[in-house]
Amino acid sequence: MNHGKAQLEKRIVAGRGFGPEIVSEMWEYRELFWALAKRSVLVRYKQTVAGVLWALLRPLVTMVVMTVLFGGLMKMPSGGVPYPLLTFAGILPWMLFAQSLGGATNSLVAEGALIKKVYFPRLIVPLSACMTALIDFLIAGVVFAVMMALYGYAPTWRVAVAPLFVLMALLTALGPGLLLSPLNARYRDVQHLTPFIIQMGMFLSPVGYSSEAVVPDRWRLLYSLNPMTPVIEGFRWSVLGTGSLRMTSLLYASAFVLVFLLSGLWFFRRQESVLADVI
Amino acid sequence: MSKPVVEVFGLGKRYRIGRQRTIQDGLLRMVNNWLLHPVRNRRDRSAGTEEFWALRDVSFELQAGEVLGIIGANGAGKSTLLKVLSQITEPTEGEICLRGRLASLLEVGTGFHPELTGRENVYLNGAVLGMKKAEIDSKFDQIVEFSGVERFLDTPIKRYSSGMFVRLAFAVAAHLDPEIMIVDEVLAVGDERFRSKSMAKMRNAAKSGRTVLFVSHSMQSVKQLCSVAMLLEDGRCTEYGDVNEVVAAYQEGGQDEPLTPVVELPSGAPDALGRGLRLAFVTPSGQPQATFDAGQTWQIRLEFEMFRSLQRVIAGVGVTRTDGLPLVTYWSNPQDLSAGRYSVSFDVDAPLSPCEIRFVVGLSEHMHTFYYRESLGKVRLAEVKEAGRPTTSSEAGICLAPCRPEIQRA
Repeated sequence: MNHGKAQLEKRIVAGRGFGPEIVSEMWEYRELFWALAKRSVLVRYKQTVAGVLWALLRPLVTMVVMTVLFGGLMKMPSGGVPYPLLTFAGILPWMLFAQSLGGATNSLVAEGALIKKVYFPRLIVPLSACMTALIDFLIAGVVFAVMMALYGYAPTWRVAVAPLFVLMALLTALGPGLLLSPLNARYRDVQHLTPFIIQMGMFLSPVGYSSEAVVPDRWRLLYSLNPMTPVIEGFRWSVLGTGSLRMTSLLYASAFVLVFLLSGLWFFRRQESVLADVI
Repeated sequence: MSKPVVEVFGLGKRYRIGRQRTIQDGLLRMVNNWLLHPVRNRRDRSAGTEEFWALRDVSFELQAGEVLGIIGANGAGKSTLLKVLSQITEPTEGEICLRGRLASLLEVGTGFHPELTGRENVYLNGAVLGMKKAEIDSKFDQIVEFSGVERFLDTPIKRYSSGMFVRLAFAVAAHLDPEIMIVDEVLAVGDERFRSKSMAKMRNAAKSGRTVLFVSHSMQSVKQLCSVAMLLEDGRCTEYGDVNEVVAAYQEGGQDEPLTPVVELPSGAPDALGRGLRLAFVTPSGQPQATFDAGQTWQIRLEFEMFRSLQRVIAGVGVTRTDGLPLVTYWSNPQDLSAGRYSVSFDVDAPLSPCEIRFVVGLSEHMHTFYYRESLGKVRLAEVKEAGRPTTSSEAGICLAPCRPEIQRA
């Protein structure tokens, strides 16, 4: 049966490596990755009439609530930008982060049936959850673009950097997600903890307000321990042109992301082999 | 001589069994280990978990084109071997070397999502099983034709009947084209026509030069499809070689079995939906016996227990020859049952000639058999000598022919 193809030899032993084969395996299974992401999106809107419109509802409603609450009632300073735009520009990356983190944490348990029956690099599962969050982000992003046009805000050259912040938001979620999802598979307490942490995080991040205008200087250092702070501010800066980029906090956030990503990947790989026994 | 396609050396898989641990237990154990054994090996486990070797020291080699039958009692380690070979779970010790693409079918319909249409699910399932999109595109029409659900392809599969579901799922799986294939015979389900199509497909796969590992409870299928067989007992490979010899060794386990009027049935899988309890062979007056006259009507009484309520439960008892050849199978009417103990009696009125027979018990619901045991008990059907009549014997045939016509002048 060897039609002149190179004979691929695969060795299976106890103890999986943490090396470049991760990338080559992921490439080999890329179609499965897309199939799973596509499935999540398709399934969500089957048998609904509004379909994709539901993806827009949550960010829009959150934006309205925040505008009324922070801008209208509490009258937080917005630094010169219309409040709805400010909040929406904060909500977008935050929801990307929150959905990726939540989705990734639960992903292994959710795909338990598949994991127990078929082999594929398990890394695909949390990555696929992040992809679903990204797709939602893009859909809501279109609405945001429309809103910007309505308010007469044209994007400047800075918008070219926006994808970098999007990527950072994803990676900030992925690192901890890779740590939490195998933990969740073993100890289901985790999936009850994460929504709570995400909820708290939303208020501790400059989603509904601009942190420069609101956070007093003595709390500034503590506040910037939150890695999403520079990401959200950066996204806002690139899209709306408000605020400034603080390189130190960006560097800190990048370091945070890198540390968590590497440790998350290592931990995930170690746990990967026993997942089918534990879920 | 080319290298073997599958090489397994000293494969072992150990499970730790114990109660489900929460974070508190895990933390407590960590702290305990750390405080009490600060310099000891981190692998120190506290009491409360047992070790269980599902596989131990399994080694074999397969050349391209060989079809290996894996047989053994439930719990012998067959599924674990398949899972380790498929990389679903990692071996504890030993090594496997595979030279070729491997696809394993441990279940049909893996990844099928009820909200998606048949078409969408074919692509999804194909991707899950490792097929590239281009491959699925080229085989799409064949898959649909094999399954017979063409008319319903664009309906969500939650609307499919269970038969349609299974046919579509199996159709995708049947068109996989790997060099090495692992199949569990439990997959060939459905109505008789579809079953034979599936078995034919599996047979083709075996004969087309692919290397196949085939798990089955049916000695007949194993003998039909396989050239080599392996017997697993309690995680160890106790026999390996020519299929007929290995099957004989497996069945010989029961050769010295005495005749039994009542058989206590073994328990099934721990999470099964029910199990058989007892088989009894009784005369019409209710007397348990181990020998009956050939041609006499007698009864098989099956007692079983349901652990959950289920719908459309069918209890079946099969009568086989000592070498496993099925003679006749009796089934009860499908019934909805709640948890509890039940019994069902089958009248054995099949005209079987004198021989020794063994039994198979199966409990199923819908398409899914949740309890199955072969080679149970032994009963003798004794010859009835009648003056002036030729003796009957099973050498003349499995069936008795009671009819003795008179010869007429033409």
